[in-house]
Amino acid sequence: MRYLPLSPADRVEMLGAIGVSSIDDLFVDVPPAARREGVVDLPLHAGELEVEREMSAMAGRNRTAGSGPFFCGAGAYRHHVPATVDHIIQRSEFLTSYTPYQPEIAQGTLQVLFEFQTQVAALTGMEVANASMYDGSTACAEAVMMAQRVTRRARAVMSGGVHPHYVETTRTLAHVAGVDLVILPAAVDGEAAVIEAIDADTACVVVQTPNVFGTATDVTKIAEAAQAAGALLVVVTTEVVSLGLLKSPGEMGADVVVAEGQSIGNGLNFGGPYVGLFACKEKFVRQMPGRLCGETVDADGRRGFVLTLSTREQHIRRDKATSNICTNSGLCALAFSIHMTLLGEVGLRKLAALNHQRARELHKALSKIKGVEILTPRFFNEFAIRLPKKAAEIVETLAGNGVIAGVPYSRLDHDAGLDDVLIVAATEMTLPEDIAIFAHSLDRVIHA
Amino acid sequence: MSMHNIGRPTRPEAATDIKPATLTGGRGLLQDEALLFERDGWDKTGVDLPDCPPADDLGDLVRGDPIGLPGLSEPEAVRHYVRLSQKNHAIDLALYPLGSCTMKHNPRLNEKMARLPGFADIHPLQPQSTVQGALELMDRLAHWLKTLTGMPAVALSPKAGAHGELCGLLAIRAAHEARGDARKTVLVPTSAHGTNPATAAFVGYQVVEIAQTDDGRVDLADLEAKLGPDVAAIMVTNPNTCGLFERDVIEIARLAHAAGTYFYCDGANFNAIVGRVRPGDLGVDAMHINLHKTFSTPHGGGGPGAGPVVLSEALAPFAPAPWLTHTEEGGFHLLEHEVAEAAQSFGRMCAFHGQMGMYVRAYAYMRSHGADGLRQVAEDAVLNANYIKARLSDVMSPAFPNGPCMHEALFDDAWLEGTGITTLDFAKAMIDEGFHPMTMYFPLVVHGAMLIEPTETESKQELDRFIEALRMLAQAATTGDSERFKGAPFHAPMRRLDETLAARKPRLRWRPVAAEPLAAE
Repeated sequence: MRYLPLSPADRVEMLGAIGVSSIDDLFVDVPPAARREGVVDLPLHAGELEVEREMSAMAGRNRTAGSGPFFCGAGAYRHHVPATVDHIIQRSEFLTSYTPYQPEIAQGTLQVLFEFQTQVAALTGMEVANASMYDGSTACAEAVMMAQRVTRRARAVMSGGVHPHYVETTRTLAHVAGVDLVILPAAVDGEAAVIEAIDADTACVVVQTPNVFGTATDVTKIAEAAQAAGALLVVVTTEVVSLGLLKSPGEMGADVVVAEGQSIGNGLNFGGPYVGLFACKEKFVRQMPGRLCGETVDADGRRGFVLTLSTREQHIRRDKATSNICTNSGLCALAFSIHMTLLGEVGLRKLAALNHQRARELHKALSKIKGVEILTPRFFNEFAIRLPKKAAEIVETLAGNGVIAGVPYSRLDHDAGLDDVLIVAATEMTLPEDIAIFAHSLDRVIHA
Repeated sequence: MSMHNIGRPTRPEAATDIKPATLTGGRGLLQDEALLFERDGWDKTGVDLPDCPPADDLGDLVRGDPIGLPGLSEPEAVRHYVRLSQKNHAIDLALYPLGSCTMKHNPRLNEKMARLPGFADIHPLQPQSTVQGALELMDRLAHWLKTLTGMPAVALSPKAGAHGELCGLLAIRAAHEARGDARKTVLVPTSAHGTNPATAAFVGYQVVEIAQTDDGRVDLADLEAKLGPDVAAIMVTNPNTCGLFERDVIEIARLAHAAGTYFYCDGANFNAIVGRVRPGDLGVDAMHINLHKTFSTPHGGGGPGAGPVVLSEALAPFAPAPWLTHTEEGGFHLLEHEVAEAAQSFGRMCAFHGQMGMYVRAYAYMRSHGADGLRQVAEDAVLNANYIKARLSDVMSPAFPNGPCMHEALFDDAWLEGTGITTLDFAKAMIDEGFHPMTMYFPLVVHGAMLIEPTETESKQELDRFIEALRMLAQAATTGDSERFKGAPFHAPMRRLDETLAARKPRLRWRPVAAEPLAAE
């Protein structure tokens, strides 16, 4: 077996050194009733070639985003990732190391995290950011829990523009944390409506911009209203490329920003692994969930980095910790950081402008189709349209024609009564001919 | 001629200590690397993109002020990250015996498979008819996990071990609530991972600790005394964090079930028993499986992981969305809402369907080893740990000397008594000898704990090299050679770092206005 270095002779010699006669002697503590003789009912070992063949066949049964016109977004976006990113993250020293518990021999990972935290803080316009969360949705749920700790209040308001998966993930935790979660009805342009729902018991309001329907919103007034009531404003972003073109949540007064960072450096991967961004005002840092990397010095006075403020964390505080989270999304955060370093501000702004441009071209093409109603008033690279038939059916028909048309809203929330709504996204990967084919096919399907 | 312990001949006279200071402050080929923000990259980019006309439809939503993100050209960026990488230890360099973490070899086939466009370049919300191969992979992974654990159901979506614990306890809470039986406490042994009590508290339970016996197992009498109608679950790690199999595990499950309590098993140490023991045969109701431990997906400097949770018949109806189901036509369907057979689901753990990239890697690994190879994995992991324990027991003090350990060997610091050297000092001196330290000061129930988990992917030669190094260090520690310990490490990229200072004056990001350098206090 190619992954096992011990030879049969080694095993015999080692058993002798231990002073037992067989491997079974090392498993004597297992109750006899639970000891299994022989192998379980699964296939036996396979060579690299056989495994590759079997798995390639499975992979071949999926339609890749790159194989034709493709317009899915809704929380996961198809962007170009520079070759350098994947090369660097496969370096052994990054790929096969663990949490930097021994900082003297983990400065590579630690400096990357310190740079990542700085990049995320700058991007979101916030004072501090952590070393990443599992993904945007879990970061969102954790932000609501944090607001409960900070304000000692138990009511949270979620706008009707927040991604339904984020709402459901938050609802799961809110239920057991005793948070009264007020979820406003789905609304294309309803971020500002949360102001009315804020009261003196509100711990936080959660709004998303651009929201799940693609609508970009200036949340300044929501921030003012929330803070006047002693509540925090949590801003969610699922498409971080937008921050190269749109005002940052920090500029608009957000207290906490959570985002899905997948768009920078990470592929679609059928939904994971991704990287959650979590940034906030510095005064909340001791209530933050997740790992933090900080600057310090070594015994010779040289600058170095360590994991810090771990008295918030489970391995020290156990049942009093701010969260049970024990990892971050290290390698995805590294991919994010490398891609962001390659882009720089110059590249990020160009990338964002290009995304917006492509979406405007898509918007223009779809606007011309009779029976298609554009719902989103202001957008970055994604918007919602209303179709004369169920969106899911149209998407299925178009998939048969080689076009992946977008995400039906009903896929995210099956009982919102928005079965005719389709969310479409364009990125720098979208070609003008993709848009033309999509528009033509959609027109045909609608008017068939 | 003497031999260096990796086998290279050395002349003793060549080891003299003539080390003139370098003129530039350089340290040989180990390059110091400035922060990204301290370079001249404020108007550079390493990505070629076309210019677009400015947006005229967004009004005052457009971002004006500088963002503060430096850029680097490709050669500069590559060098920046390669230099940083060289300051890291990694499994690919040497043994990484972090107990409880299962730092085993990460096969490169896994990486290759995860990058097949058919898995990497598919969107989680594209029509299900276009991703049947991906759903089939999830179904096969689920089948392997269920078969290896002897459990009827699995929730794949949790994103890490702690997230899996959360999933298991949420299912348990939902099951109690469905019966109108609101229980308030969770029992956790004192030796548990910190995530266990943290998770129980997160789910709204009071945590009550269970005592441990002198031989490192759950104290059955204490457990029995604390079980009652208010106890929702017990969380037991098996093999436990002392590296020992809970001999009374079947009785623990029986007692729990008799009290209407569910048995959550922390599966962090599944590597010790995979293919030899099925948790389903032990009476477990829920257990997470760290794909990044037992099933070799890379640790990546601290994630991403994956923590699927196997569930008993009693808990399966409460599993989180999405549910993977089979269609009548022989295909696969993801049930993404709490409807039909998933009507009792407690909700969602995360957006989309979980860590697909990790599913692909773990499946490639399982398929490579097969049923026979996985059983050998457990046996070699346990053999390696016992070999280390046997060969170090005369110079260090094993915490539980009687009987075999499982896949990790636990020592306490009794043997260091009177030397003035702590577990931390000893660990740092290991760095100088070329090894990553073991897990220190965990589990909490053992004084100055040193938890060594070699895994099955170490050769006997590498184990012997490690053992020899530790024996030499132990000899030095107990014969008054404390210099090499107190200031260690001396030969690492950094000397010992001041963690107290970092916590007292948190500096969590680079700032444009240069701050005063931190000074050790």
